[in-house]
Amino acid sequence: MSTKATNILVPVISVILGLIVGAIIMLVSGYNPVDGYLALWNGIFGDLYTVGETLRQITPYLLAGLAVAFAFRSGLFNIGVEGQLIVGWFAAAYVGVAVELPKIIHLPLALLAAAVAGALWGFVPGLLKAKFHVHEVIVTIMMNYIALHVTNALIKTVSGGGDRTESIFASASLRSEFFENLTEFSRLHYGIILALVMVGVMWFILEKTTLGFELKAVGFNHNASQYAGMNVNKNIVLAMVISGAFAGLGGAMEALGTFEYVSSKAGFTGIGFDGIAVALLGMNTPLGVIFGATLFGSLKYGALNMPNAAGIPLEIVEIVIAVIIFFVASGYVIRLFLLRAAKKKEAK
Amino acid sequence: MEHVIEMLNIRKVFGNFVANDNITLQLKKGEIHALLGENGAGKSTLMNVLFGLYQPDGGEIRVRGKKVDITNPNVANDLGIGMVHQHFMLVENFTVTENIILGSEPTKFGITNKKDAAKRVKEVSEQYGLNVDPHAVIEDISVGMQQRVEILKTLYRGAEILIFDEPTASLTPQEIVELIQIMKRLIAEGKSIILITHKLKEIMDVSDRVTVIRKGQGVGTVTTSETSPAELASLMVGRQVEFKTVKTPANPKDVILNIQKLVVEDYRGVEMVKSLDLNVRQGEIVGIAGIDGNGQSELIEAITGLRKVKSGLITIHGKDVTNMKPRKVTESGVGHIPQDRHKHGLVLDFPIGHNISLQTYYTAPISKGGIIDYDKIDQKAKEIIAAYDVRTQGPHEPARALSGGNQQKAIIGREVDRNPELLIAALPTRGLDVGAIEFIHSRLIEQRDNGKAVLLISFELDEVMNVSDRIAVIHDGEIVDIVKPEETTEQELGLLMAGHHVREGSKKGLEREGEDQHVD
Repeated sequence: MSTKATNILVPVISVILGLIVGAIIMLVSGYNPVDGYLALWNGIFGDLYTVGETLRQITPYLLAGLAVAFAFRSGLFNIGVEGQLIVGWFAAAYVGVAVELPKIIHLPLALLAAAVAGALWGFVPGLLKAKFHVHEVIVTIMMNYIALHVTNALIKTVSGGGDRTESIFASASLRSEFFENLTEFSRLHYGIILALVMVGVMWFILEKTTLGFELKAVGFNHNASQYAGMNVNKNIVLAMVISGAFAGLGGAMEALGTFEYVSSKAGFTGIGFDGIAVALLGMNTPLGVIFGATLFGSLKYGALNMPNAAGIPLEIVEIVIAVIIFFVASGYVIRLFLLRAAKKKEAK
Repeated sequence: MEHVIEMLNIRKVFGNFVANDNITLQLKKGEIHALLGENGAGKSTLMNVLFGLYQPDGGEIRVRGKKVDITNPNVANDLGIGMVHQHFMLVENFTVTENIILGSEPTKFGITNKKDAAKRVKEVSEQYGLNVDPHAVIEDISVGMQQRVEILKTLYRGAEILIFDEPTASLTPQEIVELIQIMKRLIAEGKSIILITHKLKEIMDVSDRVTVIRKGQGVGTVTTSETSPAELASLMVGRQVEFKTVKTPANPKDVILNIQKLVVEDYRGVEMVKSLDLNVRQGEIVGIAGIDGNGQSELIEAITGLRKVKSGLITIHGKDVTNMKPRKVTESGVGHIPQDRHKHGLVLDFPIGHNISLQTYYTAPISKGGIIDYDKIDQKAKEIIAAYDVRTQGPHEPARALSGGNQQKAIIGREVDRNPELLIAALPTRGLDVGAIEFIHSRLIEQRDNGKAVLLISFELDEVMNVSDRIAVIHDGEIVDIVKPEETTEQELGLLMAGHHVREGSKKGLEREGEDQHVD
């Protein structure tokens, strides 16, 4: 079998297998899988509104996925995307609330603040890794908690004791009348365009620039990169900074697009952690991240319709979604089976 | 004489690639049978078939006349076949005995019985004159001794047929002599040996017969006493091979590399290079001869900027490069063929084309304003691939997929192409076969003839003697003597490398060793 055919066949078989196992789970739990999947389908593609909302859900996943993938390509495991996203969310909302400026300045400034905040949150683990060889996984996990609680405290201060900020000024908003009219007033905003531009940015950095060449070389082999005269430490820090900036922008999508404010959180948003799965599903390539984020965003948003429309409890829904994602992620097992089947055929 | 092992018309195919085709190897009882072939010729595949790691697609294996199916290594063990691997399979912080019994620990009431095991290890060791201490910890003993532990492990498990995979690759000249004695002792005790190697000298020294394979095909079996190294080499490579590298006398000019009172510490803070002086001039090859671990690695790393210098001075063509960053050193006109091509020389997951531009990707014409023109990278790669006969599917093939010899050719192409004033070649031919070695040596000499300085570091005396114009012998971080290859012998070099200082001027002075004066 040609590799091209396998590459198309594998994800298709994965999704089908995931759906079958998900169906079995619903059946065993006493729910009708046909109703369940119909509800899921309608939750994603039901009407223009749900399509708009699905796309809106995909937006932060895109940026979180890019953040994880970018660090991965430089040999770093950025578990801190969640924290970087949270500080980005806060920074964007703060800039959106604190001042009122012409849109042409205000919106870019708020986005920039989010990117800088995320970058700063990535810079710390990057620096510790480069200078003191502290493993980035440990530091980024800790930085997540720091981000969560520090922003909660700041929200309290900024809002004068409340648990959410004011809504941002319209001049900092990503809201799009055009998209709203197109999608029956979903919350779809211009962030999706920015996220897609960032996919291009990541591709450009990695595939076209000397910086990308160095980052990839360092990611594969520190020793050879150093031998070739690259500054390994600088590249580690830079990779984390850029990764953090992507994540911070992911936060800005929520702050300036979806919610237009920031509220204190009891726990993590989960977007940053799901970003790890998005990146891995997409094999850490820019195009792959689009695929991963689309799958994640659609399933996550569509699943919300399953309890209402099919009466399936949220717990079961989450298991079904997890199973589908699991099968997609374990695509290499299916690849192995296909290879073996091909071999057997050849032997005969 | 009885054949203990017969591998008849063995064929092994991986996908579309035929690794072994129609190879026949018949091992007589009590002989040392060499298996000779270039890298990638299929030696390891054949032995993995014998050891049960691969199943043959054709042919049959007979052990002591009986047809057998060796489905896994345990079957091979039960048939009395033992393998001494090139890369030792030992647990570093275990004792000799613990390593030997690992996987088949003898127990008494469910508790490992190390005492009896140690006694048996000692018995077997004495029987074969291996002289191994059963209680020594692996990380404390020399590489040669570790190899004996590997041999002992197979004997302890009752091996009658021993396969040695490139056993001399990491040994010192003295250890090689000892290994050969051990192999002869094993034969005297009734064992049979298959020796995998591409070193012709060893084959001539120790083997009874040689089976040659080339590109996966069995070329035939010859009796060692009736052949010559030249014949073996041409059987192996398929053409005539020059042994003595042809070169004209050196014509040295200005000093390029000048090292004064250099002190370098390793990562533990131990001084590995101690007040070392050395210079290399345009148009000459200086070879550094020495046993592994006498400061060679630290010396190269210091010159190339990969390791901090504690004190001393390094200049390239008069320019101070002491403690400069690697990139600055490279830009000062230094090319470096690193000793570990996988660790330092290549980014194995990068395409070979990217690897060829690993130091020039940021310079014009490849790169402008931080943007890389990948067409230029491919173009350069194609040039080097053609000029240095790198066998690859093209610039986009991952470096990992190339054979060792071709990886090395690509590195050499990359380094020489920048036309550096000083070319440092560290173990440039390690693990390569005769054809590739010949090619690399001629490139080093070509570089010298173009008026460049070449610093060669090697553990192989043959190589140092053949290629260098001057030989600097390093021992314990110091250059103990500088000799000319035509005025010295391997024995003298061996003694110098082992730390016996010979009086200056007495180049043939083995007999004067008693005077033992220091040259420095």
